[in-house]
Amino acid sequence: MLHLNVNGQRHDLAMASDTPLLWALRDGLKLTGTKFGCGIAVCGSCVVLVDGKPVRSCVTPVSALAGKKITTIEGLSTDRSHPVQQAWIAEEVPQCGYCQSGQILTAVALLARKPNPTEAEIEEAMRDVLCRCGTYPRIRTAIKKAVALAAAKDKEV
Amino acid sequence: MEEIKLSRRDFLKISAATGGGLIIGFALGGCEKQTAPPAQGPLSEGVPEAEPLQFTPNAWLTINSDDTVTIRVGSSEMGQGTLTGIAMLIADELDADWSRLRAEHAPTDKAYTNPIIGRQHTGGSTAIRGFWNIVRKAGATGRELLLQAAAKQWGVEPSECRARKGEVIHQASGRRLRYGALAETAARLPVPDKVFMKEPDEFVLIGKSIPRLDTPDKVDGKAVFGMDVQLPKLLTATVARCPVKGGKLKHFDAKQALAMPGVKRVEAISAGVAVIADHFWAAKQGRDALSIEWDTAGNESLDSASIEAQFKAALDSGLRVRDDGNINQSLAAAAKTLEAVYTAPYQAHVCMEPMNATADVRADGCDVYVSTQAQTASQETAMRITGLARDKVKVHTTFLGGGFGRRSEQDFVMDAVECSKVAGQPVKVIWSREDDIMHDQYRPATYNRLRGGVDAQGKLLAWEHRIAGSSILARLYPGAVKDGHDRTNTEGAKNLPYHIANLRVSYAMVNTPVPVGFWRSVGSSQNAFITECFFDELAKLAGRDPLQARLELMSEHPRHAGVLKLAAEKAGWGTPLPKGRARGIAVAESFTTYTAQVAEVSIDKGAVRVHRMICAVDCGMVVNPNSIRAQMEGAIVYGLTAALKGPITIAGGQIQQRNFDDYPLLRLDECPAIDVHIVNSQQHPGGVGEPGVPPTAPAVANAVFALTGQPVRSLPIRLGA
Repeated sequence: MLHLNVNGQRHDLAMASDTPLLWALRDGLKLTGTKFGCGIAVCGSCVVLVDGKPVRSCVTPVSALAGKKITTIEGLSTDRSHPVQQAWIAEEVPQCGYCQSGQILTAVALLARKPNPTEAEIEEAMRDVLCRCGTYPRIRTAIKKAVALAAAKDKEV
Repeated sequence: MEEIKLSRRDFLKISAATGGGLIIGFALGGCEKQTAPPAQGPLSEGVPEAEPLQFTPNAWLTINSDDTVTIRVGSSEMGQGTLTGIAMLIADELDADWSRLRAEHAPTDKAYTNPIIGRQHTGGSTAIRGFWNIVRKAGATGRELLLQAAAKQWGVEPSECRARKGEVIHQASGRRLRYGALAETAARLPVPDKVFMKEPDEFVLIGKSIPRLDTPDKVDGKAVFGMDVQLPKLLTATVARCPVKGGKLKHFDAKQALAMPGVKRVEAISAGVAVIADHFWAAKQGRDALSIEWDTAGNESLDSASIEAQFKAALDSGLRVRDDGNINQSLAAAAKTLEAVYTAPYQAHVCMEPMNATADVRADGCDVYVSTQAQTASQETAMRITGLARDKVKVHTTFLGGGFGRRSEQDFVMDAVECSKVAGQPVKVIWSREDDIMHDQYRPATYNRLRGGVDAQGKLLAWEHRIAGSSILARLYPGAVKDGHDRTNTEGAKNLPYHIANLRVSYAMVNTPVPVGFWRSVGSSQNAFITECFFDELAKLAGRDPLQARLELMSEHPRHAGVLKLAAEKAGWGTPLPKGRARGIAVAESFTTYTAQVAEVSIDKGAVRVHRMICAVDCGMVVNPNSIRAQMEGAIVYGLTAALKGPITIAGGQIQQRNFDDYPLLRLDECPAIDVHIVNSQQHPGGVGEPGVPPTAPAVANAVFALTGQPVRSLPIRLGA
């Protein structure tokens, strides 16, 4: 039996150790917010955070995740209050919405690393998450908005 | 207000629903052939005054006793904002409290038949323009009944009352009643003979950027797509398909696949060999372990070059679909002429959510859970496979992770229904990305020869456009093909917006084993590129500015001219640009909406870089400006991928592209700044989901032409090609 630490909870998993994390999350734990897009780590729909870093779950076997903390879109906040989620709502980023878990978690990881990223840093971080609906212009704006929201939140505290 | 007479035929159902709610539904106004299904189910009980044939068990809206309003939308939400848009139309006429309203996908029912398409189907950018009157009438009827209910309760005339934001107010006394408290009384009132629909200046919601209802669930993983459907005892399948187009299964050996942990069964189905397992990873490993022999039907030699050769050979035998004046005489008389060959390649849809469907086939019924654009077709697909009657097959529409026309197809529904039927339990079929790209129904590739002529004053005299390519309708709706003409192949070419005295358009149908399908904006996506780029070539031949040359020939097309002028003005057409940059302009009408775009490009390390796209759109009456902006932004990105990336090519009878590594999409760092300007219009609403696509490729190509002097005659744009 494998164990995964997902969104602060320990889960037992009765799947083969070479199972990609994506399918362990989706089929094993029924956490379907993480999406299957390409299966070859090119599109980014499956991005989750592993110890805070963005990881392509479609090519990451569960055997590589012992003792690591996994955060999926479901675990980002309980009430959509994360500044990136708030910014995504304010800018109405999603269209079909399918790639947005990967977009949001990639942006979260960027802002954790660079709280006030330059445009070049935003492009560098987000260029590998594909969106067929074309929400890119709004993703750019929303990341800047998230920076402002996070700064305002820090001030409150 | 505009008075609308309601005939008994229009009105289908109004009843006290379980829980004391008010439910309202309509048949198609004026569509006499549509008969409502007979009364059935709990919703039809207790309505003695209504005639059975005018019942429907489904409806547009429910007002609940707790003041909440539920709107059921028959169109599919694939990112275009239709759930919010349709809900806005109903809520505005209903004078509902938007903060207490939710919208959901409707079940499959004739009540939701798309009046333009004739089935429950989302495509052709038809939802808002098709349902505009139908759903507003549904809302207005609700409002009228609630007004009457309140008036009855207060013992006053309905005309003394008004509805506002979820309550009825008696103006003289200031008394108020919430809709929830009125629902039960309203549900027992007779059908009004007439209802009033608002004039545009009375709209409360329509015209405003109301936030989308589905956004919150799309930022925390709650939105359920077809891929996310969960059912008790659900198995997951994936299907091995013949890689060669037109091929079929000859023989397979399932032994090793069945030995894989979690694999339950391996079955031959219409599409190939299905591996049915406990979960996707097991199914995929089982599929990888299959040993299959395919009958390739002699198509191993099919490739892109041989297909193009077939198109070229057929080009001159095309059917003339427009023939104004005398093309040969005018070309002979022209001071200057130009001939050019234009080609457009196959393109795949690549929705971010790969194709999938879930079916639960039982002896007495079938449920299909699917991200579909085509509920009626999905229902009928399941009926054909199961032999069940229509009322035993239910289609549950989830959110669609992109559609773009791909989800109007039924191949993935067939897979799921066939698998569940053979497995005797619910099965979800998931396509891999490779399946999705290799087994799409592609945007038709076309081969075009154009001839044009200008007189000594630079006036455009003659325009001939010969098109050869495969037909979408011949595969999907052969009855819609008339005399070898598929209108989708000539849309955007036949309806050229320029007044040219001698104009001929012909189409030669050449069908091959490569299936072609509806791809966001359909024929206009290729034809706008071809016609708008050839126009710029002729403008250059005549020594004219591309914008001025267009406007001079558009006296009969003021809406085209309107968006062209607006886009040009916002883009600063004619003003200096930094060295190494150029602008290109293009315009197109599609789905009754007019769109013009200006692209600003440069060439960076041998590649086209698009810096800015300016878009002007006239889609008639504006329902939700923010949704329109989002659709134009998205359509431009979609159009840029087709202009700059791809294409889909064929070799050895197979699609050569497999995944996003060899079929790339535009990325965020390649995405230009996009400015969208919406024309203020009182015309009937036009489509919004697709019309942003057609002008994108030609605007960019024309900018490249302006920059390099070399015309761009094929897509994707390759410099020096």
